[in-house]
Amino acid sequence: MEMHHAAMTADDTARLEQGIAKLLERYPKDRKSAAMLPALRLLQEIKGWLVPDGVKRVATLLETTPERAHEVATFYIMYFTEKPGRYVIDVCTNLPCALRGAEGMLKYMEAKLGTVAGTNGDKFYLRETECLASCGTAPCMQVNEDHHENLTKAKVDAILEKLS
Amino acid sequence: MSLQHPVEKIVTRYWPHKDQNTLKGYKSRGGYQQLAKALGQEPAAIIDAVKKSNLRGRGGAGFPTGLKWSFLPKDNPKPKYLCINADESEPGTAKDRFILENDPHSLLEGIGIACWALGAHTCYIYARGEFKHPSAVLDKAIAEAYADGIFGKKLLGKDFELNVYQVRGAGAYICGEETALLESLEGKKGWPRLKPPFPAVVGLFGCPTIVNNVETISTLPALFEKGPEWFANLGSGKSGGNRLVTLSGAVNRPGTFEVGMKTTLKELIYAEEYGQGLPPGRAVKGVIPGGSSAPVLTADELGVAMEFDAFKPLNSMAGSGGVIVMDDMCCMVRSLWRVVRFYAEESCGQCTPCRDGQPWMTRILRKIEEGRGTREDLETLQHVATSMAPYPPIGLGNTICALGDSGALAVHGFMKFKREFEQHIEEKRCPFGERPWGAFGDFQ
Ligand SMILES: Cc1cc2nc3c(=O)[nH]c(=O)nc-3n(C[C@H](O)[C@H](O)[C@H](O)COP(=O)(O)O)c2cc1C
Ligand code: SF4
Ligand code: FES
Repeated sequence: MEMHHAAMTADDTARLEQGIAKLLERYPKDRKSAAMLPALRLLQEIKGWLVPDGVKRVATLLETTPERAHEVATFYIMYFTEKPGRYVIDVCTNLPCALRGAEGMLKYMEAKLGTVAGTNGDKFYLRETECLASCGTAPCMQVNEDHHENLTKAKVDAILEKLS
Repeated sequence: MSLQHPVEKIVTRYWPHKDQNTLKGYKSRGGYQQLAKALGQEPAAIIDAVKKSNLRGRGGAGFPTGLKWSFLPKDNPKPKYLCINADESEPGTAKDRFILENDPHSLLEGIGIACWALGAHTCYIYARGEFKHPSAVLDKAIAEAYADGIFGKKLLGKDFELNVYQVRGAGAYICGEETALLESLEGKKGWPRLKPPFPAVVGLFGCPTIVNNVETISTLPALFEKGPEWFANLGSGKSGGNRLVTLSGAVNRPGTFEVGMKTTLKELIYAEEYGQGLPPGRAVKGVIPGGSSAPVLTADELGVAMEFDAFKPLNSMAGSGGVIVMDDMCCMVRSLWRVVRFYAEESCGQCTPCRDGQPWMTRILRKIEEGRGTREDLETLQHVATSMAPYPPIGLGNTICALGDSGALAVHGFMKFKREFEQHIEEKRCPFGERPWGAFGDFQ
């Protein structure tokens, strides 16, 4: 996905409109704005993040205000209102994972990637995150939403190696 | 250690079959026969059967499912909705995702039965946004069900329209709270609503709505196959059936297991078929029995059975079945800090006690953990917790939703280990030094 440009092309807009038309089939006719979460997800799939023009477009298509769309875009942590690094890596450090080495794993990754959790870089955006429903298969992380669990140093090395 | 009451598996019985997550595999093991049977019965009879079965909600509150269903107004002309809560994010809890991954049609068949009983023609399944894989498996199962004529204009051939949609969240724990979930489904930020009115009366789009957990609804096909009396008898007291629990932390074999309502916490931790105990030389210090908001229990309290009501005398709760084990080398201050920080991060900010109280408690805990705490800090901590939610018992919170109570309850519970907090203050350091996470705390 190299589509990180901020401007919506005609093609982007067409994809967004088609996708949203399909989403709207699931909701009552007078409740278009209910499709806000999936619509923003779709925009993010198309552009890599929630570009301001796209968010405005979503609001128009769902017959609501840009403010409402923005409010939703900033409430949920999986939406990016700024361009994220190419690889967003979410490491769970909640209690069950911490009891299985998650704090050490985060430190290990910080050192390996030369970054500090919470800093958005061009290539990596390493973040601490909350429980990912992998407590019995801890520690765990997600790389661009792909889930990895039962992690060890060897496994983390193998996963990071593939991220070019 | 062997089990005193052997457990006849129901929810997980077909998980070992790799094709159980396909329609073909599901049907080859009797799938959708219970829906067919249910469609030949009166809705009221189904609700009665669910009441008789003592099925209770597996999402956290353990509310009797049949009773909840009977709150749907009968004379309301508005459409009715069923919403499935697949937001699974209470720390310690990892069970619903395995139902979606291993046996999604059990949820879909349960949805068919429930919607027929409730007169609901639309069901939304709200899955947490991080569930990329579980959601993909579920989407495929839904598509199979439509293609096979199970859902759509007719429900399994019966003149009753049912549409089932999956909606994915976008990363917010609070959306697991049922009214925040409804707000999110309506396309808004997840701010819980003041109750009453309850969703059964004013829910999604202002219409009567039932919200149930994935496991609750997935249990219905087995419940109807075996019969409500059988299901009630399988359980214990007023808790029917078996339940899924997630065992995490300092045990040799963590994982997600189906336990009986009579299975004790001790059996879960030590039995061969479950946790297989702790490493040699390690002992249990504390166990959080039902997700991180459930007040922690001590090693002396592990004889308690997993049944919903059994935790009440201990002033804790069965909650969402997230059992977190801490061993004698694990720092309780650090553990509590980690738990409360979560609630601070996830507070939606609507109510002052929660918005300000959770971060305040988090800061105090960090201070004590780092050896900078004072006795006054420890008093303030308890004072803040009490002003958010007095304790005991559970349920006295002063906020719009129970997330406010959660951090406070965790603090109250951990005061069973107050001596350890005082030790941090007296020694001006964490007694566990650089290794606060116990037996399995090192990353290897
Ligand atoms: C802060 C908070 C988070 C919750 N998270 C979940 C969740 O992730 N999944 C869930 O099923 N129930 C969750 N619940 C409980 C729901 O509000 C609701 O009681 C449940 O979905 C009802 O289903 P049940 O009766 O089948 O258990 C949460 C409650 C609170 C207060
Ligand atoms: S208790 Fe906390 S999470 Fe719940 S509504 Fe109030 S501020 Fe929001
Ligand atoms: S605590 Fe990390 S997945 Fe649950």
